[in-house]
Amino acid sequence: MPPLGSPHQAVAPPEDPTDAAGPSGLERRDFLIKAAAMLAAGVAFPWGGLDVAVLPAQTSSAGATDPAVPAFAISPQADEDVLIRMQRDLARALRKPIEQRRWGMVIDTRKCVACMSCTVACVMENKLPPGVVYRPVIDTEIGTYPNVTRQFLPRPCMQCDNPPCVSVCPVNATWKRPDGIIEIDYDVCIGCRYCITACPYQARTFDFGENWTNNAATGAPAALALAGAAQYENEPNFEYSERWNRANGPIPTSPVGNARKCHFCAHRLVDGLLPMCVTTCLGRATIFGDLNDPEALVTELAASSNAIRLKEDLGTEPKVFYLL
Amino acid sequence: MSAATQPDTHVAPNRPGRSIDEHRVILSVAAFLWLILAVFGAVGIVQRLLLGEQLTTYSSYIPWGLWVAAYIYFIGLSAGAFLLSSLVYVFGVRQLEAIGPLALFTAAVTLAMALLSILFDLGHMERFWEVFLRPQFHSMMAWMVWLYAAYFLLLLAELAIVLRQRWSRLNDEQLARDRTRLRVLGTIGVPLAIAFHGGVGALFGTVVAREYWNTAIFPIIFLTGALVSGGALITAIVAFLWPTLDSGWRELVAYLSRVVILLVLLDLLLEFAEYSIPSWYQVGAEYNLITYILFGPYWYVFWVVHLLLGVVVPVILLTRRHALAQGFGAVLVAITFFAVRLDLVIPGLIAPELQGLEHAYLDPIGNRLVYSYMPSLFEWQVTAGVLALGIALFVVGYRFLRLVGPVQDVAAEGDAR
Ligand code: SF4
Ligand code: SF4
Repeated sequence: MPPLGSPHQAVAPPEDPTDAAGPSGLERRDFLIKAAAMLAAGVAFPWGGLDVAVLPAQTSSAGATDPAVPAFAISPQADEDVLIRMQRDLARALRKPIEQRRWGMVIDTRKCVACMSCTVACVMENKLPPGVVYRPVIDTEIGTYPNVTRQFLPRPCMQCDNPPCVSVCPVNATWKRPDGIIEIDYDVCIGCRYCITACPYQARTFDFGENWTNNAATGAPAALALAGAAQYENEPNFEYSERWNRANGPIPTSPVGNARKCHFCAHRLVDGLLPMCVTTCLGRATIFGDLNDPEALVTELAASSNAIRLKEDLGTEPKVFYLL
Repeated sequence: MSAATQPDTHVAPNRPGRSIDEHRVILSVAAFLWLILAVFGAVGIVQRLLLGEQLTTYSSYIPWGLWVAAYIYFIGLSAGAFLLSSLVYVFGVRQLEAIGPLALFTAAVTLAMALLSILFDLGHMERFWEVFLRPQFHSMMAWMVWLYAAYFLLLLAELAIVLRQRWSRLNDEQLARDRTRLRVLGTIGVPLAIAFHGGVGALFGTVVAREYWNTAIFPIIFLTGALVSGGALITAIVAFLWPTLDSGWRELVAYLSRVVILLVLLDLLLEFAEYSIPSWYQVGAEYNLITYILFGPYWYVFWVVHLLLGVVVPVILLTRRHALAQGFGAVLVAITFFAVRLDLVIPGLIAPELQGLEHAYLDPIGNRLVYSYMPSLFEWQVTAGVLALGIALFVVGYRFLRLVGPVQDVAAEGDAR
């Protein structure tokens, strides 16, 4: 192994049995990675201590097995809500070391009613400003009037196993964690937006420093609403288990000026909570869990014959599946 | 087509072509225009420093806009000017000997303009040094930054040698040593310039998600573009700012004009390949993007600015046997090439990667989730500011660094005035 690591090298090859990239694909990739790493090692050798694969931030936020996670005591029942089962799956996954988890999501498009509650819940959970969105619901009309139907497609970050957004980052501010979540380090990201152009699903948006109170009405009747919005704006968010108080300024306070995206609510997972979009899904169309766990509901559904992944041909290996 | 045999010589050799008064009027008008540009730009730059990117109109879906186009435009000028200088220092092209120092200096100024443009584009300008502290060499962008950092140092070294030659009388031995040094530096510089500017093309070309960018022709077309725009810029500078208006000057302009015509036509050929190959059978994702460039809302950028004002008119002017006409042709090529850069960056981003994303979730407050882009006044201001700064830097350097004119005459000319 060349001395200079890379985000890819820290990660085991996909364990997904439906993995479409044949061995030849992997070999070629490995070759390119190694070739690039060797080249890079030559250049970066004086900074050998800054091995990109072991930067502390890359391992800190996920934590190892967390003993604080409460055991989930409700035993299985015949017609229980899928949320209960997912909660049980989650607790089981958290008892494993982080590198044995492989978070994934299945979205049943037939159950989605396009209520957008996941979109909104995500905005609330992560205090997203205007223009930043992690999980829009794409609503397409199919056919010609009057013979039409509509299809709904919630679009979180696919947490690709082979993420094109990671290898473009010039400063290694984004990487794949051992549990498969693609993380962004807001403290490092320089805001070049290269990753935004490189994501084939447009799952990354940029925090331009917009606020919900921008250009808002003023005057007496608006005061209450403005006060509420202003308070919302000043609340921190807790992405990646850190406290972020975003702010504008000559030197903006992160995550203003950073690329942002869905992270499967990594900060909730460590505390044994399901991602916000999963808990708020009216139609129970969003299923979440550990794809490495054969007992988990998400694994069961991901193996359905009607499960597909978006842009499979690109070889990005998304960990978000859609049931058609 | 030797300019020396030209019958319509309207200026006597070795004398300014215009009267002192005329000269003064032109100078004050130019200074006044520059001042307007500078004030207009300074306001933008101050706003950028205080308010960040809030006044921009690029979005999360079209994340790169005017400033990125300006960046690749300026960096192309730099690479082109540098490669032109290497014709002198590496390949020993006699006809161009006089423009060596000028080309090097122009390359340095335009590089500074490029870096400033892209610095303003960063969400966190204060973190730019992270690219040096923790580079990630899978990224084409990291490569690019490191390569042009190396290029910048090399450029400064070459410039130092060249200027020393012009400022002090060196003996033959020193001159010979300098020539060797320049040849070595230039020889390193040529692949370096090709690598970093090809790298800028590859930065776009390697993005698999973007059909329009993801072609092997991108690095090549970036390089020819650099040569076209950089070559034209030097030609224009020589045509309008050269201290002597003698037959040597006319020959130089005529020679450079022929080079520029050739490069413009080569670039046109590559462009034809770039547009026709993916759209010939009028089907496919790229076909739609190319239709957008040619017949979309910004059709005039291609047809009027680029093709008419950047190719047809200049080629006609450049083939005229008149140095000033040739100069105007070169100015047109150099300026309108910005349109080509815009047409490389923006169209790659205007199509939603997933159908329907354009109306899935909107941003009525900041308008940051849209697939259309028109640079804001503020963005133009910042670019104007960079331009004004670059012009100032160039004029000061041109005035005081003794970049042009025969070395021995510099002192004598100073005495005469
Ligand atoms: S969906 Fe986009 S942002 Fe998410 S991991 Fe894949 S490439 Fe990266
Ligand atoms: S925007 Fe940030 S995370 Fe994305 S490539 Fe640039 S530095 Fe990396």
